[in-house]
Amino acid sequence: MIPKVPITVTVNGRTYEREVPPRLHLADFLREDLHLTGTHVGCEHGICGACTILLNGDSVRSCLTFAVQANGAEITTVEGLGTPDDLSPLQQAFREHHALQCGFCTPGMLMSTIDLMQKGTPATEEAVRGALSGNLCRCTGYENIVRAVLAAMEAAGPEGKAAEGTENEAGANG
Amino acid sequence: MDNLPEDLPADLNLMEMRPKIIGARVQRVEDPRLLTGTGQYTADIKLPNMAHLAFRRSEMAHATIDNIDVSAALAVPGVIAVYTAEDFYGQITPPRAESKTEGFHSTPILPLADGKVRHVGEVVVAVVAESRYIAEDAAEHIEIDFTPLPVIADPREAVKNEVLLHDDAGTNVLVDRTFGRGEVDDAFSQAAHIVGGDFRTTRKTASPIEARAAVCEWDRGRRTLTLWSATQVPGVIRDTIGDVFGLSGSHVRVIAPDVGGGFGCKTCLYPEEMVACAAAIKLGQPVKWVSDRMEDLVGTNQAFDEYVHAELAVDAEGHILGLRADVVGDSGAYSIYPWTAALEPVQVISFLPGPYRMPAYAARTRAVATPKTPLGAYRGIGRPTATFVMERLVDLAARAAGIDPVEMRRRNLVQPHEFPYRTGSGLVWDRVGFIESLDAVTDSIGYDDLRAEQLKMREAGRKVGLGVVCYAELGGIGSRIAVAPGMPINTGVETANIRIDATGAITANFGTASNGQGLETTLAQVVAEELGCRVEDVEIRHGDTSLMAHGSGSYASRSAVLAGGAATVSAREVRANVLKVAAMIMEVAESDIDMVGSRIYVPGTDREMTLKQVAHTYYQEMGRLPKEVREEVPLESTRSFDPYLGTAACASHAALVEVDPVTWGVKILKYAAAEDCGRIINPDVADGQMRGGIAQGVGVALLEEIIHDEDGQILTASLVDYVLPSAVEVPIMDVMHVESENPDNGTGFRGLGEGGIIGAPAAIANAIADALDIDIREIPITPEKLFRQTGN
Repeated sequence: MIPKVPITVTVNGRTYEREVPPRLHLADFLREDLHLTGTHVGCEHGICGACTILLNGDSVRSCLTFAVQANGAEITTVEGLGTPDDLSPLQQAFREHHALQCGFCTPGMLMSTIDLMQKGTPATEEAVRGALSGNLCRCTGYENIVRAVLAAMEAAGPEGKAAEGTENEAGANG
Repeated sequence: MDNLPEDLPADLNLMEMRPKIIGARVQRVEDPRLLTGTGQYTADIKLPNMAHLAFRRSEMAHATIDNIDVSAALAVPGVIAVYTAEDFYGQITPPRAESKTEGFHSTPILPLADGKVRHVGEVVVAVVAESRYIAEDAAEHIEIDFTPLPVIADPREAVKNEVLLHDDAGTNVLVDRTFGRGEVDDAFSQAAHIVGGDFRTTRKTASPIEARAAVCEWDRGRRTLTLWSATQVPGVIRDTIGDVFGLSGSHVRVIAPDVGGGFGCKTCLYPEEMVACAAAIKLGQPVKWVSDRMEDLVGTNQAFDEYVHAELAVDAEGHILGLRADVVGDSGAYSIYPWTAALEPVQVISFLPGPYRMPAYAARTRAVATPKTPLGAYRGIGRPTATFVMERLVDLAARAAGIDPVEMRRRNLVQPHEFPYRTGSGLVWDRVGFIESLDAVTDSIGYDDLRAEQLKMREAGRKVGLGVVCYAELGGIGSRIAVAPGMPINTGVETANIRIDATGAITANFGTASNGQGLETTLAQVVAEELGCRVEDVEIRHGDTSLMAHGSGSYASRSAVLAGGAATVSAREVRANVLKVAAMIMEVAESDIDMVGSRIYVPGTDREMTLKQVAHTYYQEMGRLPKEVREEVPLESTRSFDPYLGTAACASHAALVEVDPVTWGVKILKYAAAEDCGRIINPDVADGQMRGGIAQGVGVALLEEIIHDEDGQILTASLVDYVLPSAVEVPIMDVMHVESENPDNGTGFRGLGEGGIIGAPAAIANAIADALDIDIREIPITPEKLFRQTGN
């Protein structure tokens, strides 16, 4: 057996020290070891985007990332956004625009949206569609997702982008 | 308050008029948990001492299994058990979906391949281990000796029965059925124009983003099996699993927790569910299986896959005289449970005549076994193919007769005064907005102006085309009509149990199950409106067989109609009893009181009680009410609803597309759809169903194709090769709802869930044909096919 590797990761503001097999992918680590099942696994080959999380602020596919690669990193998952009683502005926009149905792709969609907002993606339909093209949704037909994202971008404005980011850092209910 | 319709005043006492909750844009009850990662899908379930299941699947399409050596797998540290077919002898009785359909041959659903394999991806060996990683490792160590058998992958060859897939069936033709009426030969002999030929809808897969999953726990002491499954049909699974394992229904509980989409593919009993249960029983520890995407692409029932020869006869003015069709459907390796192999190909010829007057019709359909993944249900079932073929025929006939395609449709659609209309296949359309939908969609796109604009664009060298299509479907089907012909279960009824408990809380239990479409919200709206409470006062429970005596699930555009109907009759009964009890407590006549927003009051006075107060008095205050009231006026009702027949639903779709003359890529410039789903419960949810269906239709039309080579080997076993539409490919859609006349089915609801995918492939195909002045005979329409077809 290949020996386990000790890692330290900060997820949604809380620091975890664990020993993991080198081949354990990050999505499984989050879901199985940390019980953060909000990150979903849809394809395990990097196409569907359901497992998207933020790793040191960048969106990554947690199914294509090994847990050991996250050693020392700061991770944000959907659990680091709002709560059912207090949705984040982006989550609220998704709700208001009926931007989800089954909800399985939604956590990845939210994390990719945070990334595209932080990276200054223009608030145009075309740019948002392009930026979300790595996140597959089989239920909604995307239009309401695009509307929700554009509404969230408009509501956030240049300073608001930081606000959604700040909330991520502060959210430590993992 | 955010669950209330926007126009609802805060002070309900001031309002004599009942607020309209059905029809309001109520935000979904499900969303807060699904948006925050606090939902619970099957893969999220963890139980103490849970083991993990993985499968070794067949790499061969058709072969005998000569030997299986599992010793190396058993030696892998952490492996708990390895099972082959014989390990389940005596434990599992493989179910068989029988059918009363003439000429039907059943096949079993096997937990594991036994003696031979019949498709690539068939489960052969099950490995249970301490982790999924270990189970997958061990599965790789299993040695299977196969002797290849001849593979006849093309169903048009398989009908010759030169190689049988199921020896006991004695044929590969599992279903052979004909429909007809009128004198078709006469119709064709009188025709001014006959159009048609061979059409093809290739194999698809529903591919919900949550693949299938199952967790099973066996309580040895209580001899009770609990199966959590990512299924649309927990009721069907419970009933079947009971028989499979010889357990009474009270000892089997099937729970569909949050389900991440289904679209039909989660409406069947699958081998993996049986194996998870069998392993949990054998081991006395919980067992979990979560399909990965590759397993989903080879092991989850696939869709459509027909060869259709069809011809349409019209007179010189374009009036339809008759239709002929011969369908060969590729059923794959097994006849699915419970729907059978008849489900898909029979519905192609059921729906082929569409919303048109059809004096003469003759059609044959065959369901043919081939060594491929079984063919199952996918949104629309049969109708996407039927609509693609029929709407191509109508466009071809319009062109032959020199008539505008929209005018051609107007001339042939069943007119408002002709309802109810019995189609050539025997389906009956009740009054529904065929014409209204077409008017709405052509008005929306500005049909005449768009045609003029299209001409200009084409003169400028752009390859732009416009396609307009109509279709009709039948949803919300009652017990008189089988969802699949002759199948073994009753799909025509749903039951609601609504009760007010001692705390005054309202719980509404249902036998159906959501697969993500928002039933907790829409059913709460129905209950709230009919009962006289607020949406947030209603707790909807569903997807758990312990709730109800009988229920099946979500499929066939039925839940709003059937569960909504059950909610309506049940809520009305509870309301009547609440008012009866409240009138007695308040010492007023029942006719003098009303209930709105969970407040019972005497209009025009300040006398009122909350539902909580009524419940408290009823349940807790001894002596306050005569004993007969508690015994005979329950604050609870269990009522079933059976619409007996079905209700028609229909739509028209229009697509404007442009084909790139260099890459042959297709871009959808404009898309509009108008549908008649009767009375709408929640416009957002209705819109969402349409948009999602259309997006899947874009995939069907342009992108998605499961490809097997001639050896039955799948060439599209990843989402790189099986291409789902992304946000870039799916257009902006103008979605409209028309209500022609609400059906007389108790609620006015019509089925909607499947509609989008039915119209979109046909609309896009017609638009591409128009853009390039070519015929389109096969979907998907890929750049490569267009390049080859146009000879460039």
